Amino acid sequence: MSQADLAVGGHNPAMEPSPFAIPAKKLAMWLFIISDIMTFAACLVAYGFLRNATPNWPRPFQASAVINVMVMTFILVTSSLTMLLGVRAAKAGDRAGAVRWTFITLAGGIIFLVLHIREWVGLIGEGVTLFKNPWGTSLFGGAYFSVTGLELLHVIAGVIALLIVGLGYRSGRYNSSDIENCGLFWQFINVVWMFVVPLIYLMNVAR
Amino acid sequence: MNTTEKQSGGLGAVVAVYFCFLAIAGLQVVLAYQGASFVPMLALGFLEALLALTFFMNLRMERRNLVVFIALFTLFVMATMNYGWTDSFRLLNGAPFSK
Repeated sequence: MSQADLAVGGHNPAMEPSPFAIPAKKLAMWLFIISDIMTFAACLVAYGFLRNATPNWPRPFQASAVINVMVMTFILVTSSLTMLLGVRAAKAGDRAGAVRWTFITLAGGIIFLVLHIREWVGLIGEGVTLFKNPWGTSLFGGAYFSVTGLELLHVIAGVIALLIVGLGYRSGRYNSSDIENCGLFWQFINVVWMFVVPLIYLMNVAR
Repeated sequence: MNTTEKQSGGLGAVVAVYFCFLAIAGLQVVLAYQGASFVPMLALGFLEALLALTFFMNLRMERRNLVVFIALFTLFVMATMNYGWTDSFRLLNGAPFSK
């Protein structure tokens, strides 16, 4: 069969059907998410190992830090909802609505980033670094900054992706499936945060 | 309700899940101040993740073989990662290997 024959009809019968009957880009996003789950799970398991094996693990998070984390959670969960509304609007062909919800999600992501960085700056100001802290084992800083840093990196990537895809979708360069894939990534960030909050922050509240 | 909403479920269910997330987050804070162990915390985290995967990532609308693929692969890897975790108890208690 020639290349010309293959080109006729777009999807030739010689090719295998799409696995799981979903577009290739969406499957790639799911595979990426699965691999990212492994990365985060490895980090959290390593953190759990260290925390459990260290008797003098610090509990530095005061009520103000918990309130800050709850505000961050509220913003991230709300941005997940707005992202979902954006995906629905894109699928329904409502281009203006999809762009609007995508940029509202983007704004939520930026607010989350600002709050997260502010929290980091506050802890660094208290003397917490990768290798030392004023409260107990030096492992705390390394574990805390590794896990939350990986989450922060994902949020930054998500914000950049939302910006690029949102603008591209508005100009017609990207379609609704791109918004959907971007939305999957954003929802995944939310899922990870649901484990980071209880394990990193709430298990270490000062009582 | 338009076709897209029919395909991916009504908005009411999604909003209900959204409020569930907020309620669970609040419950986790209460548990944290009551000194709860990591087990209920993780259980609530998994519940949130399950709801997010089902309703926000629309996994319930995908084909069953995709859901099974993702679930089996992820759970297997996460389970095997826990192989060495329990060794931390030995480090904590200082028990030698022979005990």
